[in-house]
Amino acid sequence: MQRAIAALTSRLVIVVPYLWLLAFFLVPFIIVFKISLSTTAIAMPPYEPVMTLSNGIGAFFAQFRDLHFDNYAWLGGDPLYMRAYLSSVVIAAISTFLALLIGFPVAYGMARAPATLRPTLLMLVILPFWTSFLIRVYAWIGILKPEGLLNQFLLFTGIIDTPLVILNTHTAIFIGIVYSYLPFMILPLYASLEKMDYSLIEAANDLGCPPISAFWKITFPLALPGVIAGCLLVFIPAVGEFVIPDLLGGSQTLMIGKTLWNEFFANRDWPVASAVAIILLLLLVVPIMFFQQAQARAQEQGK
Amino acid sequence: MNSLGSIRRSFAPWTDPSAKPYIEFRNVTKRFGDFTAVNDLSLSIYEREFFALLGASGCGKSTLLRMLAGFEEPTSGSILLDGQDLRGIPPYRRPVNMMFQSYALFPHMTVEQNIAFGLKQDGMAKVEIEQRVAEMLKLVKLSQFAKRKPHQLSGGQRQRVALARAVAKRPKVLLLDEPLGALDKKLREETQFELMDLQQKLGLTFVVVTHDQEEAMTMADRIAILDKGEVMQVATPAEVYEAPGSRFVAGFVGTVNIFEGKVSAREGVAATIMTDGGVIRSENASDATVGSDVAFAIRPEKIKVSSKEPAPGIDNAMQGEVYDIAYLGDMTVYHVKLPSGQVVRASALNAARVTEDPLTWDDTAWISFRPDAGVILTR
Repeated sequence: MQRAIAALTSRLVIVVPYLWLLAFFLVPFIIVFKISLSTTAIAMPPYEPVMTLSNGIGAFFAQFRDLHFDNYAWLGGDPLYMRAYLSSVVIAAISTFLALLIGFPVAYGMARAPATLRPTLLMLVILPFWTSFLIRVYAWIGILKPEGLLNQFLLFTGIIDTPLVILNTHTAIFIGIVYSYLPFMILPLYASLEKMDYSLIEAANDLGCPPISAFWKITFPLALPGVIAGCLLVFIPAVGEFVIPDLLGGSQTLMIGKTLWNEFFANRDWPVASAVAIILLLLLVVPIMFFQQAQARAQEQGK
Repeated sequence: MNSLGSIRRSFAPWTDPSAKPYIEFRNVTKRFGDFTAVNDLSLSIYEREFFALLGASGCGKSTLLRMLAGFEEPTSGSILLDGQDLRGIPPYRRPVNMMFQSYALFPHMTVEQNIAFGLKQDGMAKVEIEQRVAEMLKLVKLSQFAKRKPHQLSGGQRQRVALARAVAKRPKVLLLDEPLGALDKKLREETQFELMDLQQKLGLTFVVVTHDQEEAMTMADRIAILDKGEVMQVATPAEVYEAPGSRFVAGFVGTVNIFEGKVSAREGVAATIMTDGGVIRSENASDATVGSDVAFAIRPEKIKVSSKEPAPGIDNAMQGEVYDIAYLGDMTVYHVKLPSGQVVRASALNAARVTEDPLTWDDTAWISFRPDAGVILTR
């Protein structure tokens, strides 16, 4: 009896995360998916049919006949959406690469720092989270604008004669994304570099491998799980990013997060906005699955 | 010719004044900040020698090895290998290879790839690499594990992969940092002999760092005993054990009884010492002068314990009381308390199953030893 209860309790513990996923991922997903199959209407809520059980079961199922994939066809027909998706992925990919380029040396330096210093360095990486994300992005406007801090400094030191135009360009978006998501790159990289045994590098050197070559043959392959985790943690939110392109990118920037916002709030076309969101989700599921597979493989290796 | 211990050596280049040292530490000092790890140390190691650096942790033995490998540069002094000064030569250009204490096997490579790593760095032809790897795997008896990853191997197997990887390049010198430290006792004993065998077969010079005196005694041709960054004694295992140069060495290697006293008379190599326990006559007086404070050191197995008083005329005999007995199977260790309060350890080989002269706790007992059984230490 007691064993049966124990077995049941252990099952219940497993059920909790599944319930969480069901309530906070699957159900909202199904609602959004349903809206994406509806037709826009001037109503409250602004689409139809509104699924209701008040007219009986038969009427409820009859409503399914009104659902359609027209919104997806609409997305496919307008090259604007395609360009927005593509440009989002490209911007996110470039930002991810830049974050990796900056994050790797930082993480490596942290992992090689004296053990007493490491908690402080970790704290410094996490510290920006204590200020609102929105405020930090706003602060970049003050830095990057033509009469901003950066231009003032460069003009003052005489490096440039005329102010650089950075704000409202792609460069500003890259700066914003890399700045905002760098901790998500550094932390997994640090985790995988920190547990690496430094004597492996010494062993490689000892066997005739110069330091730079040892980095590519030993350090990088061993840090790969961290590289993959960091890249996905930056890439996935960067694709759907709205605030940074909106504040730093200016009007000509085409990113799917902004497009989504426009559909929802400017056009009040919930069904099309939902379809945009669903496509975006599918676009992101592929890298997430890739990530999970890589993690499973790393776990299998017993490391 | 008299020989210390029971071993007569045919390989002893250090006794030949014309022999050229293969590795030379010349007045090497290494400081880390305020801490002096190695202090003005000079040492010669000969070709094909199995040389052990023995000492407690923090004595500088690992630093010596790391300087030889090139991971550390001496603060002052120089290290020569085969006549060439190693200063400024990075680890990846030195003709030495190291077996790390943690083994440092590359976890993302198979056993085969680990062993081939150094050979690939040399730009060796692919066929040749395959041949050498197969040869190495056979040497360490791991041929059927070639495709495994390190985490799929046992501790002993990993140790052998590390060894194979380190010798695969045929280095001039193989450095071993606590090579058996992570193995259990039984495996360690087996591996000791395997290592000696391998060294003979390959004809390499081995420099091994260890804190385990038994390991050093078993394997090495010569042992350097280090303390606080300085060499206390360099000698063969038998010399270290039978003729320690100082109280530190005598106490560090094996068990020893030390009688502190004053030299009262000298004649030839013999000396008479007045100690608290009694008068001791020793025939290994070294450079002790009359009136100087010395220590008489004697190993437990060289002391005889008996319930009967030895015949008169025996040089060194003292009466005491059995304080403790430890029966170890192959031998019995007696702790005999002298009237002076000193407790002397004496061990007796249990050659027969039944003892004719059984001693027990609190019995009156006599200890005795020959004049040549111990040594006089002036340091």
